[in-house]
Amino acid sequence: MRAPCFENTASIYPASRAEGHIEAMDWTALWLSLRLAVFTVVLLLPVGILAGRRLAYGEFAAKGLVEALVALPLVLPPTVLGFYLLGLFGADSPLGSAWQAFTGTSLVFSFEGLLLASVIVNLPFAILPMQRGFEAIPREVREAGACCGMTPWQVLRRIEMPLAWPGVLTASVLSFAHTLGEFGVVLMVGGNIPGETETISIAIYDRVQAFDNAAAARMSALLLVVSVVTIALTFAFSRRLGRRFN
Amino acid sequence: MLVSLTAAEMLAAARAIAKKIAKPVARPIARPIARPTARALAALAFLVIGVCAAAEGSEREPVIAAAASVRFALQDVAAAFYLETGQRVRLSFGSSGNLARQVRAGAPYDVFLSADPRYVEELARDGFALDAGKNYLLGRLALVVPRGSPLAVDGSLADLRLALSDGRLKHFAIANPEHAPYGQRAEQVLRRVELWDAIRARLVFGENVGQAAQFAVSGNADGGIIGAALASALTDRASAALIPKQWHAPLHHRAVLLNARSASARSFYEYLSSANARTLFRKHGFDLPGESS
Repeated sequence: MRAPCFENTASIYPASRAEGHIEAMDWTALWLSLRLAVFTVVLLLPVGILAGRRLAYGEFAAKGLVEALVALPLVLPPTVLGFYLLGLFGADSPLGSAWQAFTGTSLVFSFEGLLLASVIVNLPFAILPMQRGFEAIPREVREAGACCGMTPWQVLRRIEMPLAWPGVLTASVLSFAHTLGEFGVVLMVGGNIPGETETISIAIYDRVQAFDNAAAARMSALLLVVSVVTIALTFAFSRRLGRRFN
Repeated sequence: MLVSLTAAEMLAAARAIAKKIAKPVARPIARPIARPTARALAALAFLVIGVCAAAEGSEREPVIAAAASVRFALQDVAAAFYLETGQRVRLSFGSSGNLARQVRAGAPYDVFLSADPRYVEELARDGFALDAGKNYLLGRLALVVPRGSPLAVDGSLADLRLALSDGRLKHFAIANPEHAPYGQRAEQVLRRVELWDAIRARLVFGENVGQAAQFAVSGNADGGIIGAALASALTDRASAALIPKQWHAPLHHRAVLLNARSASARSFYEYLSSANARTLFRKHGFDLPGESS
């Protein structure tokens, strides 16, 4: 039933595939995803600590609005978020053209653009658990430190951080795992460029399109393990946080 | 460690520490912590920029944005190019329409391999490409039918018509005609044989022809119309039959250099017309411009 033109092509294909680009695990994509996740967490840590403390301790008029804005990426469809980010960083946008003028490269479809998108997408995953962590510290504990003459920096370092660390670690683990798994936003603002914006989630999608199910299965299994570990750690941290003051 | 202390112990510890380091002058309670934090932030920013810059410093392998229809053939051509020249290229596949849109949005691609000259002409007109490029391949369409499908492998699509009327056909895959040239040509074929209206409700669209091939060949659809070169790489999973090329507008594939940044990009662009590349493309089931098939 086969058309004659396919007879000779079938034989060359497996041989060329062996020496081609297809590997069981896309290490470039995995390394890129890990780099992206580490940078995202590193950038989000100070942001999350500052914002989480402010939201936990502060009482200000727009607090409800700020909390809603921080939580927005949780419920916004990733393609919608990606669409707006594309508008925000695009070559025609003020941010995109300023970046272009400053660095000579475009912000969209670059690692830096992906990192910026990833930081924005992960804001709720970083800020909300940290806010819970800082909220769990009784006010008198903080004030005692201040009364005794500790600088706010010392209070943060010696009193708040040792008490709020389960929240901070939960935030880091969630942001890390979520960055590894993010798909929609990465596809919208990153494209699919090996070594630049092709994360492991995108590589899985690409491998399936390339009929390389073995590699897709292996990379999916890896992400499954990472997700299970994430859930286990998050639960363990939040139990710890809950136990402390009960 | 401090971490395992209870709140009360913590309070006591804080007082003890505070007493030790306290100076006689009371400090204002609400002193902002902005300065050290700002310093830490600045250090982090420098670190990130530094690492990114270090990664940029190494010679970048050019990125080839290619229509999904040339995937398997291009992987072989890129491997042959590497064997001959020692230069590597990075391949990024998608539908021609989406890739052209990404080029306009500033994607750092060096060469664009479109499955439709129209996208290249529009990019060249608007200054996104060095010139109008060159036609380097001529694609064919094929009907693919996965193992176990009730559909017969019939390039004249006579059995497809039958399967539609007797209800054997549940899903049929083509690429999205909105932005994928192979989808547009598949639509032309289905309109020409007057099956378009009947099959519309059964169609599943791939984002590009590679995804359409995945739908069709995995058995999730009962069949599909995809590129013959993709079908020829998948003969272990599905059977295929060529569709007459008179039934659709020709599928000229056009290559274009998008910038003059990379010498490797230019040599890869030249390599596409080399005798070795042409042999590989032909083996994958492409016709070549200027040759009768």
